[in-house]
Amino acid sequence: MANISANFLGIRSPNPFWLASAPPTDKKVNVLRALEAGWGGVVWKTLGPQIKNVSSRYSAVNYNGSRVMGFNNIELISDRPLEHNLREIEEVIKEFPDRAMIVSLMAENTREKWHELIQQVEDTGAHGLELNFGCPHGMTERGMGAVVGQDTEIARMVVEWVMEKATIPVITKLTPNVHSVVPTGRAAVEAGSNALSLINTIQSITGIDLDTFVPNPYVAGKSVFGGYCGPAVKPIALKMLATISQDEITRKVPVSGIGGISTWKDAAEFMLLGATTVQVCTAVMKHGFRIIEDMCEGLNNWMDEKGFATIYDFIGKTVPALTHWEDLDINYHIVAHINQDKCIHCGLCYIACEDASHQAINLAWGKPYNTYTIKEEECIGCNLCKLICPVDNCITMVEKRKGDEYLNWKEFQKRGLPLNDH
Amino acid sequence: MPIINNRLSDEEYRTNFSDIHPPFETRDAALVEANRCLFCYDAPCTKSCPTGIDVPKFIKQITTDNIKGSAHTILEANIFGAGCSRVCPVEKLCEGACVYNLMEEEPIPIARLQRYATEKAMKEKWQLFDRLPSTGKRVAIVGAGPAGLSCAHVLSRQGVEAVIYEKELKGGGLMTYGVAAYKVTPEFCADEVDYITSLGGIEIKYNKALGRDFTLFDLQQKYDAVFLGIGVGEARQLHIPGEQSEGVVDAIEFIHQLRSNPYAQIPVGDKVAVIGMGMTAIDAATQAKRLGAKEVTLVYRRTKAEMPCTEEELDLAMLDGCNVIWLAAPKEIIGEKGKVNALVCSVMTLGPADASGRRFPVDSGQTFMLEVDMVIKAAGQMPFTELVTNNLLENNGGKIEVTEKTKTNLNGVFAGGDCVNGGKEVVDAVQAGKEAAQAILKYLQSDESHFFQKESTQPTIFEG
Repeated sequence: MANISANFLGIRSPNPFWLASAPPTDKKVNVLRALEAGWGGVVWKTLGPQIKNVSSRYSAVNYNGSRVMGFNNIELISDRPLEHNLREIEEVIKEFPDRAMIVSLMAENTREKWHELIQQVEDTGAHGLELNFGCPHGMTERGMGAVVGQDTEIARMVVEWVMEKATIPVITKLTPNVHSVVPTGRAAVEAGSNALSLINTIQSITGIDLDTFVPNPYVAGKSVFGGYCGPAVKPIALKMLATISQDEITRKVPVSGIGGISTWKDAAEFMLLGATTVQVCTAVMKHGFRIIEDMCEGLNNWMDEKGFATIYDFIGKTVPALTHWEDLDINYHIVAHINQDKCIHCGLCYIACEDASHQAINLAWGKPYNTYTIKEEECIGCNLCKLICPVDNCITMVEKRKGDEYLNWKEFQKRGLPLNDH
Repeated sequence: MPIINNRLSDEEYRTNFSDIHPPFETRDAALVEANRCLFCYDAPCTKSCPTGIDVPKFIKQITTDNIKGSAHTILEANIFGAGCSRVCPVEKLCEGACVYNLMEEEPIPIARLQRYATEKAMKEKWQLFDRLPSTGKRVAIVGAGPAGLSCAHVLSRQGVEAVIYEKELKGGGLMTYGVAAYKVTPEFCADEVDYITSLGGIEIKYNKALGRDFTLFDLQQKYDAVFLGIGVGEARQLHIPGEQSEGVVDAIEFIHQLRSNPYAQIPVGDKVAVIGMGMTAIDAATQAKRLGAKEVTLVYRRTKAEMPCTEEELDLAMLDGCNVIWLAAPKEIIGEKGKVNALVCSVMTLGPADASGRRFPVDSGQTFMLEVDMVIKAAGQMPFTELVTNNLLENNGGKIEVTEKTKTNLNGVFAGGDCVNGGKEVVDAVQAGKEAAQAILKYLQSDESHFFQKESTQPTIFEG
């Protein structure tokens, strides 16, 4: 059995799976259930100035009959009295001393308010702080959340205030509502933040009710932009995480990855791109805390198969595989191959290639089943047919190099090699 | 051993004749299945539908909550789409061709989804089709069954008035009178006919039989063209001793009775033998059982490999508790005081293949006797040979001969459905009606139609 425990700046957790700062972590009763279920740690829902929430708060995007491919919320930070939260945090730490307890913070924008809040939270015995620079709605109008994360200088200033006071590790949580997360990430690291976490939610409209014409979620005839999360945002989060792992300044600090993580596989991907721990929310909002069981078992089994003894054996392993487009090997060429024994004759590959790619699939009419074959000389190796084929491993991509040597675009141009003529 | 009615309680009749293919209870349930559809290109299901319904399209439209569009997609290809969703042997048509079968997965429940969309259209009385301005042309159609109504609907949409002559008191043909009640109720059939004719431009004259109330010549005189969708009707006789005994009935007549009267009024025996293994035989056997017969035995002269019904239909009969005796041909019906009390069968063996490609049964010389008090003959239906011949139609053993799928030997007279093909599925008749309508439209615009001398001023021997 592999060791899946994490040590994040000295904050230990029996597994790398933390619950993100969100409704599942806003009070003792849920958090205890989460820790009993096996979660490695929690980031307690953001504490800050007193606020009031609205109803409704959530909306979702369904896809092809699957519910909650994407999820959006207009909920604000914790709306419970600060002293209740602080008392409960302390109680939870006493009951589960082996789990990570990070507390998310969002103070009003003065040095004094931040210092006061940090002191109160440190008094609970919490293991770390996460600065919420990302909440995209409600708090921004009050000069907090994403407005801090979207301005590198404000972010730098606030992190500096925090670091003057904090004695426990500080994680700065980044907003994705910027063209690049790197400038804010750099500012936070340069100002002393011990770690980064990303991404927070993405501003969105999940949909519009075609009867009322009001977007979701509906609040008395109106709506606002909400924060988008769930499986739909994972690819965007992975890309943003990768840029943090590539940057020479931000890659110096550990990262907690967030954004659409629902399974151990998602988690492994975030870790391969540099995350030490991952944070989960939407999947738990959909399925409950019990998903932690498969996340731990699945990660463990995969690590055993790959021969990884600890998570540190693979964290960041994929980062070097990302390169610049102009360094890709132009001589690498693949063509599709259809396994006729597996083919179910649905024609999806054919029509996709015919209408949207390079007309490289041949149709031999039959009743009721047509036969589809690849015209290898026309196939450009784009993967489209393989991606839409409903049968696993029916279409495979076979390597047929254009040349033996590695040849990139720069070299290709230098040699004046011929471009396409069709 | 009496043949009596009123064997069961109202509750039992209700249970026994309730829908065997219940619809989706909820939108969610329909969506689970609709979303499984892969949306195949040049889809095998569509190719396997005689009317060529664009199945992936109508299923996709269910997933986008475009039920009106979905119903239109279905009904545009098959105006009997609602009825066909209940009576089609889909296991050998669309669902049988579903690519999921090749993955060893359950096929998409196409019929049930089709029912989901069309049922809504009928319930909401959506009129999904327009009629072009009247061309002033009028076409007579004989038979308000699937072929005739399908033909009428296409013609009416194109501005051609259709007048249908129907010998029964209700439309729908075998859908109304010849299919098991647990597949389609008489009420549903009436609703479907109403829904089809709600387009307008289709008039049905009931209780008007060709050969009894009018001749084909009459119609030729009065209309711009004629379509014959008269079906088949006469049950194939067994030509064995005792066939005239009391208690020997035709399956078609038995089902017709069942479809036209309350279940409690239909008499059935204690021990019933059903001769044949087609869809009608199954419908007769299962319904005899469901009416309260104690023992029902299907007797078939060939084996399971040659049976005309589908495996699903056979399963249905078996699950209803019907017995099956393969390789048994009726030899004699023994009666006592004119009433059936036994069926003697020859034990058959299979010889070489016959004209249908199926192995032909050969008498082994051995016999056995089955104690029964009712014999239902479902050994196939015969075309209306005499009627067809009397009206000067070229035919092949009563089946009307056509060229270009629908043209008879008489100029301006078209035919389609069972009266041409000898008896196939409802869906085949619908397609034949569509094809005939296209041929008629072409004919009405052609020079040929001028030779078809309509003498509308001349009094006719009937007035509809």
